[in-house]
Amino acid sequence: MNAIASHYPSQHSGRHPHRRRGLVLALSATLAVTTFAACDRTSGSPASPTQNANAKDVTLAITSNSIAGGKNADEADWYKNYVIPNFTKAQKAKGVNVTLTFQPSGVDDEQYKTKLALDLKSKSGADIVALDGIWVGEFAQAGYIKPLSDVVGSDVTTWEGWSQIPKAVQANSSFEGKTYGIPSGTDGRVLYLNKKLFAKAGLPTDWQPKSWQDILDAGAKLKSLPGVDPIQINAGTAMGEATTMQGVLPLLAGAGTEIYSGNKWQGNTKAVRDVLTFYQTLVKQGLENTDFQQAAKGRDESFAAFAKGKIGILLEGDYFWRSVINPKNGDAAMATRDSDVGWAAIPSQQPGTGIGGSDTVSMSGGGGYFLNPNTKYPQQAWELLQFLGSADAIKALLGGTARITARQDVNTEVLSTDPLLTFISEKVLPVTHYRPGLAVYPQVSQALQQATADIVSGKSVDDAAKAYQTAVEKAVGADKVSAS
Amino acid sequence: MSAATIDAAGLGRRRAMLLVAPALILITAFLVIPALWTVYLGVTDYRLTGIQAANPQFVGLDNYRAALVDPAFRNALWLTLVFVFGSAIVGQTGAGFALAWTLRSVPKIVRTVVQTLVLLAWILPSSIVAFLWVAYLSRDDGTLNAILHTGGTDWLLAHPMLSIIVFNTWRGTAFSMLLFSAALGAVPPSQLEAARLSGAGTFAQLRDVVVPHIRGHVLTNTLLISLWTFNDFSPYLLTAGGPNHASEVLPVFIYNEALYGGQLGYGSAISFIMLFINLVIALFYVRLLRERR
Repeated sequence: MNAIASHYPSQHSGRHPHRRRGLVLALSATLAVTTFAACDRTSGSPASPTQNANAKDVTLAITSNSIAGGKNADEADWYKNYVIPNFTKAQKAKGVNVTLTFQPSGVDDEQYKTKLALDLKSKSGADIVALDGIWVGEFAQAGYIKPLSDVVGSDVTTWEGWSQIPKAVQANSSFEGKTYGIPSGTDGRVLYLNKKLFAKAGLPTDWQPKSWQDILDAGAKLKSLPGVDPIQINAGTAMGEATTMQGVLPLLAGAGTEIYSGNKWQGNTKAVRDVLTFYQTLVKQGLENTDFQQAAKGRDESFAAFAKGKIGILLEGDYFWRSVINPKNGDAAMATRDSDVGWAAIPSQQPGTGIGGSDTVSMSGGGGYFLNPNTKYPQQAWELLQFLGSADAIKALLGGTARITARQDVNTEVLSTDPLLTFISEKVLPVTHYRPGLAVYPQVSQALQQATADIVSGKSVDDAAKAYQTAVEKAVGADKVSAS
Repeated sequence: MSAATIDAAGLGRRRAMLLVAPALILITAFLVIPALWTVYLGVTDYRLTGIQAANPQFVGLDNYRAALVDPAFRNALWLTLVFVFGSAIVGQTGAGFALAWTLRSVPKIVRTVVQTLVLLAWILPSSIVAFLWVAYLSRDDGTLNAILHTGGTDWLLAHPMLSIIVFNTWRGTAFSMLLFSAALGAVPPSQLEAARLSGAGTFAQLRDVVVPHIRGHVLTNTLLISLWTFNDFSPYLLTAGGPNHASEVLPVFIYNEALYGGQLGYGSAISFIMLFINLVIALFYVRLLRERR
């Protein structure tokens, strides 16, 4: 604003213009509006494990991408109603006054990740942070998180919970063989279907497609219903990782390849082109509403549309079932969920073409809780971490509902109570795959998202695949990309 | 400049320096150092996460070279020029002048009401304004669709650039309107009267009487709003640069590359290119201003 103040009077009083003054004015006006605030990189060593170990007054904070009344509301409520009062009480019994706060967040995962990266980079942020498993590598390499044994000490291996957590799930909070946090669970992906719309379109409500073509055929029938978008398989860059995880990767698995195997990333390969061709068919035949794939809030819009009964088939994880369309507290609550929504396993391109010759495929992920290496109270934060991973706390989070937790002892108790989770644990988890735990993965994922965005906006499969190849080579190096 | 020999304020060199020191310190801390820091980051492969976050390497001019051949950067630069031309130079200047000119001859109450409304669009916080526009342009139950009976049109997807240009014109016209109102007030009524008496129409009055008087104001106004618009981030709040980069103006492009994509080094290099373009724009206008005298 001082640019106005300093410049404006010169119109009237500047009868004797000075060359240099004009330049200075131009410069100051420019600088005043263009400065790109750079962040400081302070270096410092993390706190020692024993720091404040005997403190009687302790302040701790925990953050995750959940917020009361919004995203992952049940988790946010759990912190408020269970974790904070119970942990505080347990510590009080030991004579320690803990002030524990929860820092909520209700945004897209990528934005949450950026916020956390900036927090940790500036040596601030909550003492315990919830992270998606695929971010562990890049956060660890950046030094934003440190192995538990560095932050807390070698005692971490004695926690009772480790024996309850399967190795595949522990990988969600590990990087290069080191454990950085406690995993919070895993998940599986299926095709959800609206049984009412299926009945109206003359399709069986116990539908199980055997190939991609079966999905397209069902979509063609659903298309005859007015006001209905037949299929929602995420595409585009606005959806971020949801495009990769609920779109490209399950399809790629169905075409018989993992995104990374044998030390090579998929480039412009036949499998990638097949996946892009499938997307193109969805778009060309009008089976998928391209607005959802392009709008800034398209994923939320597609959820709302499904809840209103306007989408026939939607590919999502069990998160969708328990957090999004949950009639009790979902962010797009669907009152008739239990009667109207069915599910099917994701078919391979053709029967038997999935990875390892499977007929159906899925992808799984999962996150965990991690210690901020700059916590002032490493021991107390570790106690809180164990508390979060205890069987009692996890059961309190479930509150009678089911989800695939990290702990086997809890899973055997709860999974059988929910028909979808039973289906996922019996039919989906045996054929599921995990994303590579490499720091560069998110960049490859973004290239995949861009390739689908290109298809949705009308580019040819060849052009999109070529651009994808270039982007992946830039991210990982040309020698690590396979193309054929 | 001979400031050393002429000491009009009688402060003496020491006290004069003390007087400007706070301002200089602030400018150094918040403008010069960040700008230099940007230059430094621009020649590294610094990233938000991963190994390059802990250990950025010097890459010389690679980022600049990459930007010049990056179709996404060229796309962003082009869209920014379209955005500045459409919403600042044509939209805000045009609407601002039209408002200032018409409001001279309307009843005071009308003038006050219109000016207040236009000002309101300018002073409301961006986040609130963006929310209003998202609701206004929404595909489902949006106000614009209700008015035009175009149910189901997603304006932000179908016409992303037009949407943000109209939005920014609406948002920023107040500044031009105020500046031109003040400028028009300084045009001697006697000259306008004389022009009218000798039979000049509205256009001739504007061309021969008004424009020569307010030319400096036009240039100042255009300079400031071009720079503001060039650096304006609020389109992000409407379209986030989408669909598929169709409204990704440079500030949004930098945000997407640097923070969303984590490429802080590349983002910094582009920031510096932006700074340079700003400087060129500013110098261009300053030169025009000088020629007038």
